[in-house]
Amino acid sequence: MRGAKAIEQSLESRRQRGETAFIPFVVAGDPDFETSVEIVCQLAKVAAVIEIGIPYSDPLADGPVIQEGALRALAGGMSLPRSLELIRAVRARTDVPLVAFTYVNPVVQFGYERLSDALSQAGGDGFIVPDLPFEESEELATAANRHGLALIPLLALTSHTRIERIARAARGFVYCVSSLGVTGERAAFADTLRGFVEAVRAASSVPVAVGFGVSRPEQVRELSGYADAVIVGSAIVRRIGEIAAARSSGDAHAAETLLTALYAYCADLAGAGTGVGTDAGTEERA
Amino acid sequence: MFPDERGRFGPFGGKYVPETLMSALETLEADYRRLSADQGFQEQVAYYLKEYSGRPTPLFLAERLTGHAGGAKIYLKREDLNHTGAHKINNTIGQGLLARYTGKKRVIAETGAGQHGVASATVAALLGLECTVFMGEEDMRRQALNVFRMRLLGASVVSVTSGTRTLKDATNDAIRYWVEHVEDTYYIIGSVVGPHPYPMMVRDFQRVIGDETRRQILAKEGRLPDAIVACVGGGSNAMGIFYPFLDDTGVRLVGVEAAGDGVETDRHAASLNKGTRGVLHGAMTILLQDEYGQVQPAHSVSAGLDYPGIGPEHAHLFTSGRASYVPATDEEALDACMLLTRTEGILPALESAHAIAYAVKLAAQMPKDAVLVVNLSGRGDKDVHTIEEQLGGNL
Repeated sequence: MRGAKAIEQSLESRRQRGETAFIPFVVAGDPDFETSVEIVCQLAKVAAVIEIGIPYSDPLADGPVIQEGALRALAGGMSLPRSLELIRAVRARTDVPLVAFTYVNPVVQFGYERLSDALSQAGGDGFIVPDLPFEESEELATAANRHGLALIPLLALTSHTRIERIARAARGFVYCVSSLGVTGERAAFADTLRGFVEAVRAASSVPVAVGFGVSRPEQVRELSGYADAVIVGSAIVRRIGEIAAARSSGDAHAAETLLTALYAYCADLAGAGTGVGTDAGTEERA
Repeated sequence: MFPDERGRFGPFGGKYVPETLMSALETLEADYRRLSADQGFQEQVAYYLKEYSGRPTPLFLAERLTGHAGGAKIYLKREDLNHTGAHKINNTIGQGLLARYTGKKRVIAETGAGQHGVASATVAALLGLECTVFMGEEDMRRQALNVFRMRLLGASVVSVTSGTRTLKDATNDAIRYWVEHVEDTYYIIGSVVGPHPYPMMVRDFQRVIGDETRRQILAKEGRLPDAIVACVGGGSNAMGIFYPFLDDTGVRLVGVEAAGDGVETDRHAASLNKGTRGVLHGAMTILLQDEYGQVQPAHSVSAGLDYPGIGPEHAHLFTSGRASYVPATDEEALDACMLLTRTEGILPALESAHAIAYAVKLAAQMPKDAVLVVNLSGRGDKDVHTIEEQLGGNL
């Protein structure tokens, strides 16, 4: 089983076990193709779904950390077709649902139908397009549907009256943006987050994930009271940046240590959603 | 009339922005439509355009330039005589009042050459609003005088170091900031770009240029002009002067794009002539990009035209053929800048010099009884440093 159904089932089975699912985000090809494939395959061991960011020159919804990750990948020769190859390479090794996180312009260039077909062929399961709001999404949603893929909608604290119609049409999951602003690690969530996520849950027939600003296990525990899944991006991409920096300074040992620490960090985040583990030794640097 | 209810100009326009901004854009559109029909608001806009910016601006017959070209009569629409030295203030007065009417205390703006930044900072000072301007690091170097002017006016200028460090990335960072502060901040976009309703609003606030031109040319010549020429980066001065003439199909409308080193090189900003359909800064338009949709850096000697996209209504006028868009290189613009200065005693902004460059060529091909209007969108004081650099001491 692939596509929207695979995403929904992966999240739903965790929800039934009383767990909060872990959804990591990485930029495809950051810092290079092989390392990126390896990282995704390792994260697949603890992730319910993985977001694969397609690197883009003008990532409007992203903060500096993910912008830099995209630049590293683009500098290494990543492109949309190479990103699809990366998804194919990951798919050969793991069954975890994979969602392409891409800005709309590369999708327009490639073609809505052609990209849906190519993503499906590569073994991808859905799209997240942060600058494609509901009103502009019909063409991609139709193409994605035709291939069984989910076009996962985002909802924000400012969505208000928009929540119901967008959540009702959702497939895969609904992506709740935890705070005003772009992607990036944050110390605290908005007071209004819980009420917002609960309103989305009430309107949605698919699982509800919270992302933007999540980086610490205790935040995952806080969210597990009301979210089906948590999405972590910048905190992972920042660590991959440190790995890239260690490598380019010729310190292979430090890079290896950082990579091991990245996997341990992700295991802790995933563990926090299943009620296992403590913060000991993994407490985030403030 | 465009845009339609989805904010589309034919296939172009729309709202391609993060969900966080969608409610704000819906509210903005509703507020704008209400205030467009509000006599009090319209009177306020008209009051400040007249008493503060000095409108109407003259339509000046450039006799010596006309003689130099040897063809059509060339009239200059003197937007350079506006307060702050460019057409940008027409829009910032409108949007500044819109911010005030809707209870916003803080405004942000992006800027390339700094003209829109200065116009925003000016209106913020006038209306008692707090102002932050996003400007590319590279443009801050090129337009140091305008950076200083903005700071004198009390605005904060944020140096943008992402991407190409020019207007494109200043706009990205302004949008990112707006997403974070959308609940109490009004974003004054400086051109006919961005998500709906901005291209429509900015056009409406700039159409005063074309409305005046129409009245003035009818008074002076007793007829409409044969051609109107304006430079296009995002395209606000061109849209402003074109718009009231769109239905007058006998009036040829020509936008002049910055060709940088030449459209055959990879250093230019000729978005329409060399670009393809795609999304930039919230709108479906035509932009410079590679085959996979990565936005390509633009180049122009003028920071205000150094932009890889263009407003969606221009993309529509280009595709429908109602307006034509031609390139002018850095060198042609610099020559035209010198020419206008020496023949008429008017130092144009390097942006506007692109329009002069093509207007002189076009006038030469037209009969002497033909009438051509050039939108002289801004004055060149801000560019003296760049011009000096480019001339390399050869004066």
